[in-house]
Amino acid sequence: MSAVIFFIAAIGAVAGAIGVVALRNPFYSVLALVGHLLSLAALFLLLRAEFVAAAQVVVYAGAVMVLYLFVVSYIGGGARPLTPGGSSLRAVAGFAMLALFVELAIAVLGSSLKAVSGDGAPFVPGFGTPEQIGEALLTKFLFPFEVASLLLLVAAVGAVVLARRRGGTTLEDEIRDSAHWITPRSLFSGTMAEAVGAVRPPHEHGDPGTAATDENELGRPVVTPAGREEQGGW
Amino acid sequence: MAIDWYLIVSALIFCIGAGGVLVRRNPLVILLCLELMLNAANLALIAFARMHGNSDGQIFALIVLVVAACEVTVGLGLIVAIFRRRLPVDVDELRELQG
Repeated sequence: MSAVIFFIAAIGAVAGAIGVVALRNPFYSVLALVGHLLSLAALFLLLRAEFVAAAQVVVYAGAVMVLYLFVVSYIGGGARPLTPGGSSLRAVAGFAMLALFVELAIAVLGSSLKAVSGDGAPFVPGFGTPEQIGEALLTKFLFPFEVASLLLLVAAVGAVVLARRRGGTTLEDEIRDSAHWITPRSLFSGTMAEAVGAVRPPHEHGDPGTAATDENELGRPVVTPAGREEQGGW
Repeated sequence: MAIDWYLIVSALIFCIGAGGVLVRRNPLVILLCLELMLNAANLALIAFARMHGNSDGQIFALIVLVVAACEVTVGLGLIVAIFRRRLPVDVDELRELQG
C-alpha cells in the first residue's frame, strides 16, 4: 500500500516539477508548483514527517504560492519564448541536467551506506510529531531558530525597501508613461487623478500671462506643478 | 519503500529545477525553479532523517523552509522593483551589472 502511495506521489511531484519548467505561462507554472508541493507533502507523510508535511502545505502551498500569484498577476506574465538562443542552449541545458542526474544517482546508489537500501530505522512512537519538533527547536536548536527569525525580519524589511516607490520615477513620469494602460479614459476628462490634483490640464499652468505675473509680484519663484508633485506623492 | 527511492526522486527533482534555471528567462519562473531545488534538498534531508531515526534532519528541513520563504520575499520584491522601473522582466536583457 505504501508503495502505491509512494509511486503516485512521486509521479505527481516529478510531473509538477516538469510542469514548472515546461509551461510557458508563469501562472500555470505556479499552479504546477502547487501540485508539486502537495505531492511532496504526501512523500513527507510517508517518511513520517507529519509536522513538516503540514507546514509545507499551509505555509508553502498556501501562503507563499498566493504571494507568487499576486506578483504574477501584478506584472501580467504573458507567455514568453522558452529559450533565448534557439535549441542549442536547450540542448546544452538538457545535457547538463542529465549529467547532474547521473552523477547524483551514482553518488546515491554507489554509496557505502548499507541502510540506504533499507526501510530506515525502526519506527519510534512520537517521531516527527509537533511535540518532538517543538522540543528540539526550543532546546537543542534554539540558536538556529532565533537566527531564522532574524533572517525573516531582515527579509521583510528588505522587501519593503526594494518594492517601495523610488525617487527615480516620479509620479508625473508614471502618469505620463502609464496613463494609456492605467486609465481607460483619456486624460483631462474628469478622471480621479485630476480630482485629487495629481494631474493638471495643460492650460492651467501653460498660460504665462496671468498666473505667473501674480506670483512674481510677490517676489516668489513660480511654483511649477512638477515641483509640487515631487514634494508630496500619493 | 526503501530510502534510496526517495533519494532518486529527490535527485530527479533537483535536476529538473537546475535545468529550469538554465533554460528559462523569466525571473519569476527562475525563482520557482529555485524552489524546486530547495524542495529536492528538503526531501533528501527528510529521507535521511527517516533512515537514521533521528528528527534533526526534519528541523533542518524546517529551517530550509524559512530560508526559502525569505528568498521568495526578497526575490519577488526585486521583480516588482524591476517592473516598476519599466525594465524588461527578462534575465537576458538585465545585464547592467555584468560590466
